[in-house]
Amino acid sequence: MSGERGMTFHVWRGEDRASGGFQEHRVAVDEGMVVLDVMFKIQAEAAPDLAVRWNCKAGKCGSCSAEINGRPRLMCMTRVSDLPADEPTAVAPMRTFPLVRDLVTDVSFNYEKAKGIPNVRLGSKDADGTRRMYQEEVERVQEFHKCIECFLCQDVCHVIRDHEENKEAFSGPRFFVRLAALEMHPLDTNDRLELTRAKAGLGFCNITKCCTEVCPEHIKITDNAIVQLKERVVTEYYDPLTWVKRRILGQRPTRIGEKEPAAPSDR
Amino acid sequence: MTVQREERAYDVVVIGAGGAGIRAAIEAKAQGAHTALVCKSLFGKAHTVMAEGGIAAALRNVWKEDGWEVHFRDTMRGGKLLNDWRMAQLHAQEAPDRVLELEEWGAMFDRTKDGLILQRDFGGHRYARLAHVGDRTGLEMIRTLQHRATELGIDVLMECTMQTLLTSDGRVVGAFGYWRQTGAFVLLRAKAVVLATGGVGKAWRVTSNSWEYTGDGMTMAFEAGAELMDMEFVQFHPTGMVWPQSVRGILVTEGVRGDGGTLRNRDGERFMFRYVPEFFRAETADSEAEADRWYEDKKDNRRTPDLLPRDEVARAINAEVKAGRGTPHGGVYLDIASRRSADYIRSRLPSMYHQFKELADVDITKQPMEVGPTLHYIMGGIRVEPDTAASTVPGLFAAGEVAAGMHGSNRLGGNSLSDLLVFGRRAGLAAAEHAKRERAAPAADEREVDLAVERLAAPLERPDGESPYRVHADLQETMHDLVGIIRTRSELEEAAVRIGALRERLDRVGVRGGRRYNPGWNLALDLRSLLTVSECVARAAAMRTESRGGHTREDFPKTDPQWGKVNVVIRRRGGRIELATRPLPEMPEELLRILGEQPKPSDEPAMEATAPARVG
Repeated sequence: MSGERGMTFHVWRGEDRASGGFQEHRVAVDEGMVVLDVMFKIQAEAAPDLAVRWNCKAGKCGSCSAEINGRPRLMCMTRVSDLPADEPTAVAPMRTFPLVRDLVTDVSFNYEKAKGIPNVRLGSKDADGTRRMYQEEVERVQEFHKCIECFLCQDVCHVIRDHEENKEAFSGPRFFVRLAALEMHPLDTNDRLELTRAKAGLGFCNITKCCTEVCPEHIKITDNAIVQLKERVVTEYYDPLTWVKRRILGQRPTRIGEKEPAAPSDR
Repeated sequence: MTVQREERAYDVVVIGAGGAGIRAAIEAKAQGAHTALVCKSLFGKAHTVMAEGGIAAALRNVWKEDGWEVHFRDTMRGGKLLNDWRMAQLHAQEAPDRVLELEEWGAMFDRTKDGLILQRDFGGHRYARLAHVGDRTGLEMIRTLQHRATELGIDVLMECTMQTLLTSDGRVVGAFGYWRQTGAFVLLRAKAVVLATGGVGKAWRVTSNSWEYTGDGMTMAFEAGAELMDMEFVQFHPTGMVWPQSVRGILVTEGVRGDGGTLRNRDGERFMFRYVPEFFRAETADSEAEADRWYEDKKDNRRTPDLLPRDEVARAINAEVKAGRGTPHGGVYLDIASRRSADYIRSRLPSMYHQFKELADVDITKQPMEVGPTLHYIMGGIRVEPDTAASTVPGLFAAGEVAAGMHGSNRLGGNSLSDLLVFGRRAGLAAAEHAKRERAAPAADEREVDLAVERLAAPLERPDGESPYRVHADLQETMHDLVGIIRTRSELEEAAVRIGALRERLDRVGVRGGRRYNPGWNLALDLRSLLTVSECVARAAAMRTESRGGHTREDFPKTDPQWGKVNVVIRRRGGRIELATRPLPEMPEELLRILGEQPKPSDEPAMEATAPARVG
């Protein structure tokens, strides 16, 4: 085929981190191929038991996360034409999660963290029985709903990447994105601020923006989710007047983006 | 033989965790049933996540002339009247409630100027009807359901593949399979089982489906004695990517055409005007000017032929390419760049923009896309009772793509997500009620368990056997070449012969390594269901000697009214596949009347005819 050329891949193989290592494969690659295609080729031609997790192969499901030349990426969205042709490409499993086998890790940490976050609880409906939200309000949240749960932001986050001991008290960027989405939902009535501050461990994050850099959906995790949540926590917990209102008068905290008083429905 | 295995007991076990499976589990749990949700992949990764355009439901937010009757009529006509009328009726009536329920659970749909859920145009739908989130509606839906299931504390068994249904006295009492991460065997006892395993796209070479879609549920049900129906009807989505080769088949949403995109051949001609069938002529525009006006004014104009149902468009593209009017990479052009502003395209179709930019170096705001048909969906599946989603085997229910009937011979875009919600809920409800009536699930027949274990272990005992990847590739070749969009008797018969030969090779397939996350072993096991379902499709397609919906016969190019009165049903008898015809259920008078009504533009003005306010 046109444009076919040989490339060398170093693919990590093994069942535990100590005894496993990189295995070299020479693969004929074609124009337009992505790294996941290369893994399929290796499975079909050389290593049928090579463990790879994938689903949609279109950047929409977030299953095929790995570290390609040390960078957390989706294998299905990394084109071989963007890799250096004259040196080997290293493909390794995500480092932050326990290894299952080869390129597959046990990401159940994330599903456990998800269990602790209360879902939306919408307030009462409008008089005509409908719910009204406006495109501008919805779009702020939709940015966060783009998250495909590839967990690359979790993988790159230095709070947990080499610090197993922090996992207990830190939910990670994916769940700050989830918390920010809930926080900015125009009709939600749940209060998750204490959870965000204490149980989710927002304070651990020192905004190095590594998560934003690796997000395949280009969600501005740091600026639009984490910083907004941090500002909320500061206002609610460290501003004396708000503290009094909240603790003594029992007022519901103001939500991010909420206009005060609430705008009438003639928008 | 006693092999080490994990054993768990539930009231309801739901197998499959796409839209239908999660919705079924939510309902079963809400009814108080001890419920397990089994996912072949990680939770939230099922094919539902790939759905782009939207959920069809007559919410009447954009066109108040819409209603369940119109949706029912569109669905039946889209399926060329072979649909189970009761399923089509329930679907059209209940879809709006199911969409609004998603909003209660946190979904954030795009909005009208009024702040209500916005709806977009799609193929075969008379009015703009699809609730959507840009072009990533499926992601929003699965994540919303996932959060809801998590909130309810449903037991989710991730990366767990069920391979066999266990029966006792002719009813289903559980399922047997393995954990992917460890390879350990697991037996799930259940008073009721809901199958929601989706389709069988991986039997074809060019497909939008992922590795999971291997016909597991249909095969398990078939082997447990359930009937399959309509297996000859397979949907090729007209617009998949065709280039680069490695991304061939990836879906390009119908929303591109819904939002104004148009199909053109190599010569720049909008060729769809030449492919309007008699059946849809009265409601389809016959000039480019009328088609373009229709997007804004549905009162005085008829629908663009770009938005004919998918079977029609896929056949037309296929014909253009065969006639030598295709693009350099063997597709046709899908052009929105010359018809809508770059801002509009990026805001309405962000993931299409992203997908073409990153995978094909094409900027869809400046250049046309190259597209062609890709295997997307199977209308056939397990025959179910419409109101309860019960199969013909007691204790076994089925919902979503794995079930048959709802879509007849061709599914309209947008009707799948709503199908998942409507019948997922009904299946979960009926399964929970069934479980309440059962005192305890009887113990599984140990001989069945032994057989299941033997089958699971077999490929690993042949480390030097043939590669499962090679057998799979040959099956995909066979289905692509011989059971594609256009079919003919000799090729279908040849396909059945070749599938038989592949079956023999399957007995010699072997894999190296152990059971721990071994894709070679997993594929070797999936091949059994791929081959079973492929044979059903080829045999049913050979039997139906007419053309209708997702089944086109070169040797029988016309629709035959006699075939319009029957479904092809398949069951297992003495280890063999047995085919028969079954008369369609009779439709009540009031629904016949709805079908007979010609669409009449209303005199009332539309509430809102265009896309969101921010699009200028």
